[in-house]
Amino acid sequence: MNTMTLNAGEAVPAENKATKLAAEPPSVKNQAVKKPEEIAGTVGSPFCDEAKLRMRNVNVFYGETQAIHDVSLDIGRNQVVAMIGPSGCGKSTFLRCLNRMNDTIEGCRVEGELTLDGEAIYGSKVDVVPLRARVGMVFQKPNPFPKSIYDNVAYGPKIHGIASRRAELDEVVENSLRRAGLWNEVKDRLDKPGTGLSGGQQQRLCIARAIAVNPEVILMDEPCSALDPIATARIEELIDELRENYTIAIVTHSMQQAARVSQRTAYFHLGKLVEVNDTETVFTNPQHELTEAYITGRFG
Amino acid sequence: MQTPTLFALLLLLILVAYGTGFSRAVGAARSRGGIRSLASLPSYYGVHTALWCGLPALIILGFWLAFDDSIIRTLVMGGLSAKPESISGQNLLYAQIQNMAAGNLVGEATPQLTAAAEHLTSLRQSGQWLQTALILILSIGLGAFALLQISPEMRAREKVEKVLRAILLLCACAAIFTTVGILLSVLFESLRFFQTVPVTEFLFGLHWSPQMALREDQVGSSGAFGAVPLFTGTLMVSAIAMFVAVPVGLMSAIYLAEYAGKKVRAFAKPLIEILAGVPTVVYGFFAALTVAPFVREVAQSIGLEASSESALAAGLVMGVMIIPFVSSLSDDVINAVPQSLRDGALGLGSTKSETVRKVVIPAALPGIVGGVLLAVSRAIGETMIVVMAAGLAANLTANPLESVTTVTVQIVTLLVGDQEFDSPKTLAAFALGLMLFISTLILNFIALHVVKKYREQYD
Repeated sequence: MNTMTLNAGEAVPAENKATKLAAEPPSVKNQAVKKPEEIAGTVGSPFCDEAKLRMRNVNVFYGETQAIHDVSLDIGRNQVVAMIGPSGCGKSTFLRCLNRMNDTIEGCRVEGELTLDGEAIYGSKVDVVPLRARVGMVFQKPNPFPKSIYDNVAYGPKIHGIASRRAELDEVVENSLRRAGLWNEVKDRLDKPGTGLSGGQQQRLCIARAIAVNPEVILMDEPCSALDPIATARIEELIDELRENYTIAIVTHSMQQAARVSQRTAYFHLGKLVEVNDTETVFTNPQHELTEAYITGRFG
Repeated sequence: MQTPTLFALLLLLILVAYGTGFSRAVGAARSRGGIRSLASLPSYYGVHTALWCGLPALIILGFWLAFDDSIIRTLVMGGLSAKPESISGQNLLYAQIQNMAAGNLVGEATPQLTAAAEHLTSLRQSGQWLQTALILILSIGLGAFALLQISPEMRAREKVEKVLRAILLLCACAAIFTTVGILLSVLFESLRFFQTVPVTEFLFGLHWSPQMALREDQVGSSGAFGAVPLFTGTLMVSAIAMFVAVPVGLMSAIYLAEYAGKKVRAFAKPLIEILAGVPTVVYGFFAALTVAPFVREVAQSIGLEASSESALAAGLVMGVMIIPFVSSLSDDVINAVPQSLRDGALGLGSTKSETVRKVVIPAALPGIVGGVLLAVSRAIGETMIVVMAAGLAANLTANPLESVTTVTVQIVTLLVGDQEFDSPKTLAAFALGLMLFISTLILNFIALHVVKKYREQYD
C-alpha cells in the first residue's frame, strides 16, 4: 500500500541531499551548511513553563534512515509555534509525531518521550483515536471529503458522539464554520460538495472540520502552500484568532508567515533542531549561524 | 503467382520502400545541412513511402480476394447455354464444374461441362496473372510516385499521422460494427419469431414449453413461449450469485487494500484472481457433483424438500466464480482513493474502520458499483454452471431449492442438435438472445452512467 506520503518522501533523502551539497564546489552559499553530526545541541530556549506539549530526546526513523535526531521542544499553551527549515529537514515528520500520524507510515519508528498535558502520546496503552481528537491536523493540500460541506464539518462530531441530535449538530457546524471564517460564504450551499469550493475555502473548510471536534492542539502542515496570497492572508488571520482557544504548531516554508503568525519559532536543519526562540529574536538576532544563513536566504 | 507468394513479395516491397524513402530523405537533407533541415524526421519519409507502396495494393488485394470467386462464377455460369432454373440446381452444377476443373471427375462429363471446366481454369489462370500484375504495378508505381515527392519541404509526419488516425478510427469502428452486426442478425431472426408468436405472449406468458409438433398427427403440444419463467430463473440465480459475490468480494477487497500487509497482498491477490481463470465447465462439475448434493442434504436435514438440481447450488457456485470481478475491481478503486482523504479522516480521530466505512468506501463507490454491474452482466450471461447444476425445467418459482432454468440455458438447448431454422422453437432462441442483449445493454449503460456521474468527485 502506498502509505508513504509526501512528508515521508521529503524526509528520507535528507542524507543524500547533505552529501550532494557537500560535494558541490565551495561557494559562499555552501559554507554555512554543515553535516548533521556537526550540529551540536539546540541553541535558544526550547523549553517553556506552561507547556501543552512536551517532547524530550525524540528520534524518528524510517526503516534504517534516521529522520529526526534527538529533538527536545516544548509547545506552550495558547501559543503558535512555527517550524521552519529547508525541505527534508524533518519538520513535517516531527509535526506528525505529535498526533501519531506517523503510525500510518510503514517502517516508521518514534523514540523518546512525548507528552500532552503530562500524558504519554506514545505507548502501548495509549489509544490513538481520542489522542487525535485532542490533537487535530490540517494538511498541506486541502483534503475535504467528497461529501457536502455540512457533512464534512459534521463528520468529526458524529463519530465522536459530540453532537447526536440534528439541532446540536447544526449548531456545531455553524460555530465551526463561523470560527473558520467560512460561514458567510457557504451558509446558502451547505448541501453542495466540499470539493467544489475554491482552494482557500477548501482549506478553511478543513480547518472548520478540525475545530468541530473541539481539539486542544491544532497541527498545521504547510497549510497555505497551495493557496494564493489573498487566501493565505485570510488563513493567517484565522490562525491568529484561533490562538485564543487552541495551541497551534505550524510548519511553513514562508519565513514571512512564520514571523507574522507565531510567537516562537523553531529552526530545523537536517533532522536536528538547531535553534528555538521567540519569533522576534529568531528573525532579528539569530544565535546560530545556520539559522542566520537560512533566514537571510543564503540557502533553503 | 499464388496469393501467399504475392503477399510476401508485397511485404518485401514495403520494407524496401521504407528503406529507400528513409535514405532518400537523408540524401535530400545532406545538401541542405543535415536532417534538421527536413520538415519531418527521416523515418516519417520512410513510412510515408511505405504506406503509398503498400496500403492501396493491400486494399485492392483484399477486394480482389473477396470478390474473385463470385465474379468468376458469374462469368462461367453466364457462358453456359443451358442451366437449371433453381438456385440449388445452379449451386450443384457449379460445384460439379469446380470438381471437374480440379481433376476430380464426378458423374458423367458432358461436352458442356468439360467446356465450362476449361473456361473456369483459364479464367482462374488469367485472374491470377491479372492480380499479380495489377498489385505489383500499383505497389511499385505508387511507391515510386511517393519517392519522387520526397523533398525537405514535404511534411511527411502530418501525412503519416493522418493515415494512422484513419487506421485507428477503422479499428474503433470494427468493434462497433460487430456489435451492430450481432444485434441486427439477432433482431431479424427475432422478428421472424414474433410473426408466429405474439410479442405479448413472449414477454408476459407464464409457461415455457418450446416443443413444436413436427407432423400434423404428432402427439405433443403446440409449444408455449412465455419467457417469464426463464427471466425469473435468471434473476434468481443471478441474485443468489450477487448475494455471495458482492459481500465477499467487497470485503476481501477492503481487507487487501486497507488492512493486509505487503506480503499477504502480494500472495493473496493473484490467488483470488486465479478463481477468474478456472473454466466455467469446471465450476459446473463442482456445482453439480459437490455443491448441489450438499445443498439437498442440508435442506433435507432441516426438513425442507430440495431437488437435486437447485437454483441455490448454481447461484452459490456462480457467486464464487464472480468474486474476483468484484474484489479485483473494487481493490483497484479503493487503492485509487487518495491517501490524503484517509489522513484527513484519521487526523480527526476516526478509527481505521470508520475511515474505511465513512470516507474511503463512499469515495470509491462509483468504481465499486461499476465492478458490481460488470459482475451482474457476467452472472446473467453465464451458462455452463446453470446447465449443469440448476436443471432444465422452466419452473416459475421463488423457491431457490427447486430447479429452475435460465435464458442462456434455454438458448443452448434450443440450438443444440439438428434443428429446423424456420420453426418457432429455434427462432425463439434469437428472441431470448435479443432480450438478454437488451437487458445487459441497459445494465452496461447504467454502469457507465453511474461511473461517469461520480467520477470526478474527489480531486
